[in-house]
Amino acid sequence: MIFDWKWDFVWAILPRLLGATLNTLMAAGIGYAIALVLGLAFALSQRTGWRLVTSMVREMLEFIRSTPLVVQIFFIFYVGPQIGVTLSPWVAGMIAIGLHYSAYLSEVYRAGIEAVPKGQWEACRALNMSTRDTYRRIVLPQALPHAIPGMGNYLVGIFKDTPMLSVIGVTELMQTANAIGSETYRFLEPYTLVGVIFLALSLPTAGLIRLLERQVRRKLGL
Amino acid sequence: MWDFLQTYGLRLSEGTLVTAAQFALASLVACLAALSAGLGRLSRHWLVRNFAVIYIEIFRGTSLLVQLYWIFFVLPLLGLSLPKFTAGFLSVGLNVGAYGAEIVRGAILAVPRGQWEAAYALSMSPAKRMRRIILPQAVALMLPPWGNLMIELLKGTALVALIAVSDLMFVAKQINGATFRSAEAFGTALIVYYLLARFLITPAMRGLERVMARRLGKV
Repeated sequence: MIFDWKWDFVWAILPRLLGATLNTLMAAGIGYAIALVLGLAFALSQRTGWRLVTSMVREMLEFIRSTPLVVQIFFIFYVGPQIGVTLSPWVAGMIAIGLHYSAYLSEVYRAGIEAVPKGQWEACRALNMSTRDTYRRIVLPQALPHAIPGMGNYLVGIFKDTPMLSVIGVTELMQTANAIGSETYRFLEPYTLVGVIFLALSLPTAGLIRLLERQVRRKLGL
Repeated sequence: MWDFLQTYGLRLSEGTLVTAAQFALASLVACLAALSAGLGRLSRHWLVRNFAVIYIEIFRGTSLLVQLYWIFFVLPLLGLSLPKFTAGFLSVGLNVGAYGAEIVRGAILAVPRGQWEAAYALSMSPAKRMRRIILPQAVALMLPPWGNLMIELLKGTALVALIAVSDLMFVAKQINGATFRSAEAFGTALIVYYLLARFLITPAMRGLERVMARRLGKV
Protein backbone atom coordinates (compact mmCIF):
# COMPACT_ATOMS: atom_id res chain seq x y z
CA MET A 1 0.00 0.00 0.00
CA ILE A 2 1.32 3.38 -1.04
CA PHE A 3 -0.02 6.04 1.19
CA ASP A 4 1.93 9.17 0.56
CA TRP A 5 -0.15 11.93 2.01
CA LYS A 6 1.79 15.18 1.67
CA TRP A 7 0.94 17.86 4.16
CA ASP A 8 2.86 20.63 2.39
CA PHE A 9 0.84 19.90 -0.75
CA VAL A 10 -2.31 20.15 1.34
CA TRP A 11 -1.31 23.58 2.64
CA ALA A 12 -0.42 24.66 -0.89
CA ILE A 13 -3.81 23.81 -2.37
CA LEU A 14 -6.01 24.60 0.63
CA PRO A 15 -6.42 28.35 -0.12
CA ARG A 16 -7.53 27.56 -3.66
CA LEU A 17 -10.03 24.97 -2.45
CA LEU A 18 -11.39 27.30 0.22
CA GLY A 19 -11.85 29.98 -2.40
CA ALA A 20 -13.80 27.50 -4.50
CA THR A 21 -15.85 26.64 -1.44
CA LEU A 22 -17.17 30.20 -1.51
CA ASN A 23 -18.31 29.61 -5.08
CA THR A 24 -19.98 26.39 -4.03
CA LEU A 25 -21.78 28.17 -1.20
CA MET A 26 -22.82 30.94 -3.55
CA ALA A 27 -24.15 28.43 -6.07
CA ALA A 28 -26.11 26.66 -3.35
CA GLY A 29 -27.48 29.97 -2.05
CA ILE A 30 -28.60 31.28 -5.43
CA GLY A 31 -30.05 27.90 -6.43
CA TYR A 32 -31.91 27.70 -3.15
CA ALA A 33 -33.33 31.19 -3.51
CA ILE A 34 -34.64 30.33 -6.99
CA ALA A 35 -36.06 27.06 -5.71
CA LEU A 36 -37.80 28.73 -2.76
CA VAL A 37 -39.63 31.23 -4.99
CA LEU A 38 -40.41 28.86 -7.87
CA GLY A 39 -41.49 26.13 -5.45
CA LEU A 40 -44.00 28.45 -3.82
CA ALA A 41 -45.34 29.44 -7.23
CA PHE A 42 -45.75 25.77 -8.18
CA ALA A 43 -47.38 24.90 -4.87
CA LEU A 44 -49.87 27.75 -5.18
CA SER A 45 -50.59 26.94 -8.82
CA GLN A 46 -51.65 23.48 -7.63
CA ARG A 47 -54.34 25.13 -5.55
CA THR A 48 -55.86 27.40 -8.17
CA GLY A 49 -58.59 24.92 -8.99
CA TRP A 50 -58.05 25.14 -12.75
CA ARG A 51 -57.96 21.48 -13.62
CA LEU A 52 -55.75 21.90 -16.70
CA VAL A 53 -53.09 24.02 -14.98
CA THR A 54 -53.08 21.77 -11.92
CA SER A 55 -52.59 18.53 -13.79
CA MET A 56 -50.02 19.99 -16.18
CA VAL A 57 -47.93 21.43 -13.38
CA ARG A 58 -48.24 18.21 -11.41
CA GLU A 59 -47.00 16.10 -14.33
CA MET A 60 -44.15 18.49 -14.96
CA LEU A 61 -43.05 18.40 -11.32
CA GLU A 62 -43.25 14.61 -11.35
CA PHE A 63 -41.06 14.58 -14.45
CA ILE A 64 -38.50 16.93 -12.90
CA ARG A 65 -38.38 14.92 -9.69
CA SER A 66 -37.87 11.56 -11.34
CA THR A 67 -35.11 12.47 -13.79
CA PRO A 68 -31.44 12.97 -12.88
CA LEU A 69 -30.30 16.50 -12.12
CA VAL A 70 -27.08 16.01 -14.06
CA VAL A 71 -29.00 15.25 -17.28
CA GLN A 72 -31.17 18.30 -16.67
CA ILE A 73 -28.06 20.44 -16.27
CA PHE A 74 -26.71 19.19 -19.60
CA PHE A 75 -30.09 19.63 -21.25
CA ILE A 76 -30.46 23.26 -20.20
CA PHE A 77 -26.84 24.13 -20.93
CA TYR A 78 -26.71 22.60 -24.42
CA VAL A 79 -30.26 23.11 -25.64
CA GLY A 80 -30.19 26.84 -24.92
CA PRO A 81 -27.80 27.66 -27.80
CA GLN A 82 -29.80 25.37 -30.12
CA ILE A 83 -32.84 27.59 -29.75
CA GLY A 84 -30.77 30.76 -29.80
CA VAL A 85 -30.32 31.45 -26.06
CA THR A 86 -26.71 31.06 -25.05
CA LEU A 87 -26.47 30.57 -21.30
CA SER A 88 -23.27 30.82 -19.33
CA PRO A 89 -22.46 27.74 -17.21
CA TRP A 90 -23.42 29.65 -14.08
CA VAL A 91 -26.81 30.74 -15.38
CA ALA A 92 -27.65 27.33 -16.84
CA GLY A 93 -26.56 25.61 -13.65
CA MET A 94 -28.56 27.91 -11.40
CA ILE A 95 -31.68 27.45 -13.54
CA ALA A 96 -31.27 23.67 -13.48
CA ILE A 97 -30.67 23.38 -9.75
CA GLY A 98 -33.35 25.93 -8.92
CA LEU A 99 -35.92 24.18 -11.08
CA HIS A 100 -35.01 20.71 -9.81
CA TYR A 101 -35.31 21.64 -6.17
CA SER A 102 -38.40 23.78 -6.68
CA ALA A 103 -40.16 20.53 -7.59
CA TYR A 104 -39.20 19.10 -4.20
CA LEU A 105 -39.91 22.30 -2.28
CA SER A 106 -43.38 22.63 -3.79
CA GLU A 107 -44.21 19.32 -2.08
CA VAL A 108 -42.89 20.68 1.21
CA TYR A 109 -45.03 23.82 0.86
CA ARG A 110 -48.05 21.75 -0.14
CA ALA A 111 -47.77 19.61 2.98
CA GLY A 112 -47.29 22.75 5.08
CA ILE A 113 -50.37 24.45 3.62
CA GLU A 114 -52.44 21.31 4.08
CA ALA A 115 -51.41 21.16 7.73
CA VAL A 116 -53.19 24.47 8.41
CA PRO A 117 -56.50 23.59 10.09
CA LYS A 118 -59.65 23.96 8.05
CA GLY A 119 -61.13 26.29 10.66
CA GLN A 120 -58.56 28.93 9.72
CA TRP A 121 -59.83 29.01 6.15
CA GLU A 122 -63.40 29.15 7.35
CA ALA A 123 -62.61 31.99 9.72
CA CYS A 124 -61.06 33.96 6.85
CA ARG A 125 -64.16 33.29 4.83
CA ALA A 126 -66.33 34.51 7.66
CA LEU A 127 -64.24 37.67 7.96
CA ASN A 128 -64.68 38.25 4.22
CA MET A 129 -60.94 38.26 3.53
CA SER A 130 -59.78 38.11 -0.05
CA THR A 131 -57.98 34.95 -1.20
CA ARG A 132 -54.77 36.92 -1.41
CA ASP A 133 -55.04 38.17 2.14
CA THR A 134 -56.06 34.71 3.36
CA TYR A 135 -52.85 33.25 2.02
CA ARG A 136 -50.58 36.13 2.86
CA ARG A 137 -51.76 36.92 6.37
CA ILE A 138 -53.28 33.71 7.71
CA VAL A 139 -52.36 30.53 5.85
CA LEU A 140 -48.74 30.96 4.77
CA PRO A 141 -47.46 32.25 8.14
CA GLN A 142 -48.98 29.18 9.79
CA ALA A 143 -47.79 26.83 7.06
CA LEU A 144 -44.20 28.00 7.39
CA PRO A 145 -43.34 26.29 10.71
CA HIS A 146 -44.54 22.97 9.31
CA ALA A 147 -42.43 23.47 6.22
CA ILE A 148 -39.20 24.49 7.95
CA PRO A 149 -37.72 21.00 8.55
CA GLY A 150 -38.29 19.98 4.93
CA MET A 151 -36.92 23.28 3.67
CA GLY A 152 -33.80 22.81 5.77
CA ASN A 153 -33.19 19.30 4.49
CA TYR A 154 -33.34 20.48 0.91
CA LEU A 155 -30.91 23.31 1.67
CA VAL A 156 -28.36 20.66 2.65
CA GLY A 157 -29.45 18.60 -0.36
CA ILE A 158 -28.81 21.49 -2.76
CA PHE A 159 -25.42 22.10 -1.21
CA LYS A 160 -24.45 18.47 -1.78
CA ASP A 161 -25.67 18.52 -5.38
CA THR A 162 -23.59 21.53 -6.42
CA PRO A 163 -20.60 19.35 -7.46
CA MET A 164 -22.71 18.29 -10.43
CA LEU A 165 -22.27 21.81 -11.77
CA SER A 166 -18.64 20.90 -12.47
CA VAL A 167 -19.82 18.91 -15.52
CA ILE A 168 -20.56 22.13 -17.42
CA GLY A 169 -17.49 23.89 -16.06
CA VAL A 170 -18.74 25.97 -13.15
CA THR A 171 -15.64 26.54 -11.05
CA GLU A 172 -16.94 25.23 -7.78
CA LEU A 173 -15.18 22.89 -5.36
CA MET A 174 -15.26 19.71 -7.44
CA GLN A 175 -14.15 21.43 -10.62
CA THR A 176 -11.25 23.03 -8.76
CA ALA A 177 -10.21 19.67 -7.31
CA ASN A 178 -10.34 18.19 -10.81
CA ALA A 179 -8.19 21.02 -12.12
CA ILE A 180 -5.62 20.60 -9.33
CA GLY A 181 -5.58 16.86 -9.96
CA SER A 182 -4.89 17.21 -13.66
CA GLU A 183 -2.25 19.89 -13.13
CA THR A 184 -0.27 18.01 -10.51
CA TYR A 185 -1.26 14.37 -11.06
CA ARG A 186 -2.13 14.16 -7.40
CA PHE A 187 -5.70 13.14 -6.68
CA LEU A 188 -5.45 11.84 -3.13
CA GLU A 189 -5.28 15.18 -1.35
CA PRO A 190 -7.66 17.33 -3.45
CA TYR A 191 -10.49 14.78 -3.53
CA THR A 192 -10.07 13.90 0.13
CA LEU A 193 -10.07 17.57 1.08
CA VAL A 194 -13.24 18.14 -0.93
CA GLY A 195 -14.88 15.36 1.06
CA VAL A 196 -13.65 16.81 4.35
CA ILE A 197 -14.86 20.31 3.44
CA PHE A 198 -18.29 18.94 2.54
CA LEU A 199 -18.48 17.05 5.83
CA ALA A 200 -17.31 20.06 7.79
CA LEU A 201 -20.06 22.19 6.30
CA SER A 202 -22.98 19.80 5.99
CA LEU A 203 -22.79 18.03 9.36
CA PRO A 204 -23.08 21.22 11.47
CA THR A 205 -25.79 22.57 9.16
CA ALA A 206 -27.77 19.36 9.50
CA GLY A 207 -27.33 19.57 13.27
CA LEU A 208 -28.54 23.18 13.31
CA ILE A 209 -31.58 22.22 11.27
CA ARG A 210 -32.42 19.43 13.73
CA LEU A 211 -32.16 21.97 16.55
CA LEU A 212 -34.37 24.43 14.69
CA GLU A 213 -36.87 21.69 13.97
CA ARG A 214 -37.09 20.77 17.65
CA GLN A 215 -37.59 24.42 18.59
CA VAL A 216 -40.31 24.88 15.99
CA ARG A 217 -42.08 21.76 17.20
CA ARG A 218 -41.95 23.00 20.75
CA LYS A 219 -43.36 26.38 19.73
CA LEU A 220 -46.16 24.62 17.87
CA GLY A 221 -46.83 22.59 21.00
CA LEU A 222 -46.29 19.24 19.29
CA MET B 1 -36.89 13.11 -34.24
CA TRP B 2 -37.82 9.85 -35.96
CA ASP B 3 -34.61 9.59 -37.96
CA PHE B 4 -32.70 10.46 -34.79
CA LEU B 5 -34.19 7.46 -33.01
CA GLN B 6 -33.56 5.27 -36.06
CA THR B 7 -29.90 6.21 -36.10
CA TYR B 8 -29.18 6.25 -32.39
CA GLY B 9 -31.97 4.11 -30.94
CA LEU B 10 -29.78 1.03 -30.68
CA ARG B 11 -26.97 2.82 -28.86
CA LEU B 12 -29.41 4.51 -26.53
CA SER B 13 -31.03 1.19 -25.67
CA GLU B 14 -27.62 -0.32 -25.00
CA GLY B 15 -27.00 2.58 -22.67
CA THR B 16 -30.35 1.97 -21.00
CA LEU B 17 -29.35 -1.65 -20.39
CA VAL B 18 -26.14 -0.53 -18.70
CA THR B 19 -28.17 1.91 -16.59
CA ALA B 20 -30.54 -0.93 -15.67
CA ALA B 21 -27.61 -3.16 -14.68
CA GLN B 22 -26.10 -0.36 -12.61
CA PHE B 23 -29.48 0.19 -11.00
CA ALA B 24 -29.95 -3.49 -10.14
CA LEU B 25 -26.47 -3.95 -8.69
CA ALA B 26 -26.52 -0.64 -6.85
CA SER B 27 -29.86 -1.41 -5.23
CA LEU B 28 -28.46 -4.74 -4.08
CA VAL B 29 -25.50 -2.96 -2.49
CA ALA B 30 -27.85 -0.34 -1.03
CA CYS B 31 -30.13 -2.98 0.54
CA LEU B 32 -27.22 -4.82 2.13
CA ALA B 33 -25.54 -1.62 3.34
CA ALA B 34 -28.79 -0.16 4.68
CA LEU B 35 -29.72 -3.33 6.52
CA SER B 36 -26.33 -3.83 8.13
CA ALA B 37 -25.84 -0.16 9.00
CA GLY B 38 -29.44 0.20 10.21
CA LEU B 39 -29.11 -2.85 12.45
CA GLY B 40 -25.59 -1.80 13.41
CA ARG B 41 -26.82 1.54 14.70
CA LEU B 42 -29.14 -0.33 17.07
CA SER B 43 -26.44 -2.73 18.20
CA ARG B 44 -25.50 -3.05 21.85
CA HIS B 45 -21.76 -3.06 21.05
CA TRP B 46 -20.39 0.46 20.92
CA LEU B 47 -17.82 -0.48 18.27
CA VAL B 48 -20.45 -1.73 15.83
CA ARG B 49 -22.66 1.23 16.62
CA ASN B 50 -19.90 3.78 16.05
CA PHE B 51 -18.84 2.11 12.85
CA ALA B 52 -22.39 2.32 11.51
CA VAL B 53 -22.72 5.97 12.56
CA ILE B 54 -19.43 6.89 10.88
CA TYR B 55 -20.47 5.17 7.65
CA ILE B 56 -23.88 6.85 7.65
CA GLU B 57 -22.59 10.34 8.46
CA ILE B 58 -19.74 10.23 5.94
CA PHE B 59 -21.92 9.07 3.08
CA ARG B 60 -24.83 11.36 3.93
CA GLY B 61 -22.60 14.33 4.65
CA THR B 62 -20.78 14.43 1.32
CA SER B 63 -21.91 14.35 -2.28
CA LEU B 64 -22.38 11.25 -4.35
CA LEU B 65 -20.09 12.75 -6.99
CA VAL B 66 -17.33 13.29 -4.43
CA GLN B 67 -17.71 9.70 -3.22
CA LEU B 68 -17.68 8.38 -6.77
CA TYR B 69 -14.50 10.24 -7.67
CA TRP B 70 -12.90 9.27 -4.40
CA ILE B 71 -13.65 5.59 -4.84
CA PHE B 72 -12.60 5.60 -8.49
CA PHE B 73 -9.55 7.87 -8.40
CA VAL B 74 -8.24 7.73 -4.84
CA LEU B 75 -8.80 4.13 -3.77
CA PRO B 76 -6.33 2.88 -6.43
CA LEU B 77 -3.68 5.12 -4.82
CA LEU B 78 -4.36 3.29 -1.57
CA GLY B 79 -3.89 -0.02 -3.31
CA LEU B 80 -7.46 -0.96 -4.17
CA SER B 81 -8.17 -0.69 -7.89
CA LEU B 82 -11.76 -1.15 -8.97
CA PRO B 83 -12.98 -1.35 -12.56
CA LYS B 84 -15.13 1.66 -13.43
CA PHE B 85 -18.32 -0.39 -13.66
CA THR B 86 -17.82 -1.78 -10.14
CA ALA B 87 -16.75 1.58 -8.73
CA GLY B 88 -19.92 3.06 -10.23
CA PHE B 89 -22.56 0.82 -8.71
CA LEU B 90 -20.60 0.46 -5.48
CA SER B 91 -20.53 4.21 -4.79
CA VAL B 92 -24.16 4.74 -5.79
CA GLY B 93 -25.20 1.77 -3.65
CA LEU B 94 -23.16 2.85 -0.64
CA ASN B 95 -24.48 6.41 -0.90
CA VAL B 96 -28.12 5.37 -1.07
CA GLY B 97 -27.53 2.69 1.56
CA ALA B 98 -26.56 5.38 4.08
CA TYR B 99 -29.92 7.09 3.57
CA GLY B 100 -31.63 3.68 3.64
CA ALA B 101 -30.00 2.84 6.97
CA GLU B 102 -31.98 5.62 8.64
CA ILE B 103 -35.18 4.24 7.11
CA VAL B 104 -34.34 0.74 8.38
CA ARG B 105 -33.56 2.06 11.85
CA GLY B 106 -36.75 4.10 12.00
CA ALA B 107 -38.87 1.17 10.82
CA ILE B 108 -37.39 -1.24 13.36
CA LEU B 109 -38.00 1.23 16.18
CA ALA B 110 -41.55 1.75 14.92
CA VAL B 111 -42.52 -1.91 15.41
CA PRO B 112 -44.88 -1.81 18.42
CA ARG B 113 -43.40 -2.44 21.85
CA GLY B 114 -45.79 -5.36 22.47
CA GLN B 115 -44.25 -7.36 19.63
CA TRP B 116 -40.82 -7.14 21.25
CA GLU B 117 -42.25 -8.09 24.62
CA ALA B 118 -44.26 -11.00 23.21
CA ALA B 119 -41.15 -12.39 21.53
CA TYR B 120 -39.28 -11.96 24.80
CA ALA B 121 -42.06 -13.73 26.71
CA LEU B 122 -41.77 -16.66 24.30
CA SER B 123 -38.06 -16.71 25.19
CA MET B 124 -36.89 -16.20 21.63
CA SER B 125 -33.22 -15.40 21.20
CA PRO B 126 -32.52 -11.78 20.11
CA ALA B 127 -31.44 -12.98 16.65
CA LYS B 128 -34.54 -15.07 16.15
CA ARG B 129 -36.76 -12.28 17.45
CA MET B 130 -35.25 -9.87 14.95
CA ARG B 131 -35.49 -12.30 12.06
CA ARG B 132 -38.93 -13.81 12.64
CA ILE B 133 -40.90 -11.08 14.42
CA ILE B 134 -39.41 -7.62 14.08
CA LEU B 135 -37.85 -7.48 10.60
CA PRO B 136 -40.87 -8.79 8.64
CA GLN B 137 -43.03 -6.08 10.19
CA ALA B 138 -40.32 -3.45 9.81
CA VAL B 139 -39.94 -4.24 6.10
CA ALA B 140 -43.61 -3.45 5.55
CA LEU B 141 -43.08 -0.09 7.27
CA MET B 142 -39.95 0.78 5.34
CA LEU B 143 -41.26 0.01 1.86
CA PRO B 144 -43.08 3.32 1.14
CA PRO B 145 -40.06 5.57 1.86
CA TRP B 146 -37.83 2.97 0.22
CA GLY B 147 -39.76 3.50 -3.03
CA ASN B 148 -38.71 7.16 -3.10
CA LEU B 149 -35.16 6.13 -2.35
CA MET B 150 -35.15 3.78 -5.35
CA ILE B 151 -36.03 6.73 -7.61
CA GLU B 152 -33.14 8.66 -6.07
CA LEU B 153 -30.93 5.66 -6.75
CA LEU B 154 -31.92 5.57 -10.41
CA LYS B 155 -31.11 9.27 -10.66
CA GLY B 156 -27.81 8.63 -8.92
CA THR B 157 -26.75 6.08 -11.51
CA ALA B 158 -26.62 8.87 -14.11
CA LEU B 159 -23.45 10.13 -12.40
CA VAL B 160 -21.47 6.99 -13.23
CA ALA B 161 -21.27 8.39 -16.77
CA LEU B 162 -18.72 10.85 -15.36
CA ILE B 163 -16.24 8.02 -14.75
CA ALA B 164 -16.93 6.81 -18.31
CA VAL B 165 -19.28 3.92 -17.60
CA SER B 166 -21.23 3.79 -20.87
CA ASP B 167 -24.71 4.16 -19.41
CA LEU B 168 -27.65 6.05 -20.88
CA MET B 169 -26.33 9.44 -19.82
CA PHE B 170 -22.88 8.66 -21.24
CA VAL B 171 -24.35 7.65 -24.60
CA ALA B 172 -26.48 10.80 -24.69
CA LYS B 173 -23.39 12.88 -23.98
CA GLN B 174 -21.45 11.12 -26.74
CA ILE B 175 -24.23 11.62 -29.29
CA ASN B 176 -24.45 15.26 -28.26
CA GLY B 177 -20.73 15.67 -28.75
CA ALA B 178 -20.78 14.05 -32.18
CA THR B 179 -23.90 15.66 -33.64
CA PHE B 180 -24.77 18.70 -31.49
CA ARG B 181 -28.38 17.51 -31.53
CA SER B 182 -28.62 18.29 -27.83
CA ALA B 183 -32.39 18.54 -27.50
CA GLU B 184 -32.90 15.10 -29.01
CA ALA B 185 -30.00 13.40 -27.23
CA PHE B 186 -30.60 14.69 -23.70
CA GLY B 187 -34.35 14.90 -24.20
CA THR B 188 -34.54 11.21 -25.07
CA ALA B 189 -32.39 10.35 -22.07
CA LEU B 190 -34.64 12.39 -19.77
CA ILE B 191 -37.74 10.68 -21.12
CA VAL B 192 -36.22 7.21 -20.73
CA TYR B 193 -35.27 7.96 -17.11
CA TYR B 194 -38.78 9.23 -16.50
CA LEU B 195 -40.37 6.13 -18.02
CA LEU B 196 -38.13 3.84 -15.97
CA ALA B 197 -39.00 5.66 -12.76
CA ARG B 198 -42.69 6.11 -13.40
CA PHE B 199 -43.68 2.89 -15.13
CA LEU B 200 -41.16 0.37 -13.81
CA ILE B 201 -39.83 1.27 -10.38
CA THR B 202 -42.93 2.93 -8.89
CA PRO B 203 -45.35 0.11 -9.89
CA ALA B 204 -42.84 -2.54 -8.77
CA MET B 205 -42.52 -0.93 -5.35
CA ARG B 206 -46.31 -0.56 -5.06
CA GLY B 207 -46.66 -4.26 -5.92
CA LEU B 208 -44.10 -5.16 -3.29
CA GLU B 209 -46.00 -3.09 -0.72
CA ARG B 210 -49.21 -4.98 -1.54
CA VAL B 211 -47.47 -8.37 -1.27
CA MET B 212 -46.01 -7.46 2.11
CA ALA B 213 -49.36 -6.17 3.38
CA ARG B 214 -51.06 -9.42 2.32
CA ARG B 215 -48.36 -11.53 3.95
CA LEU B 216 -48.82 -9.73 7.22
CA GLY B 217 -52.56 -10.25 6.91
CA LYS B 218 -53.25 -6.52 6.75
CA VAL B 219 -55.49 -6.65 3.68
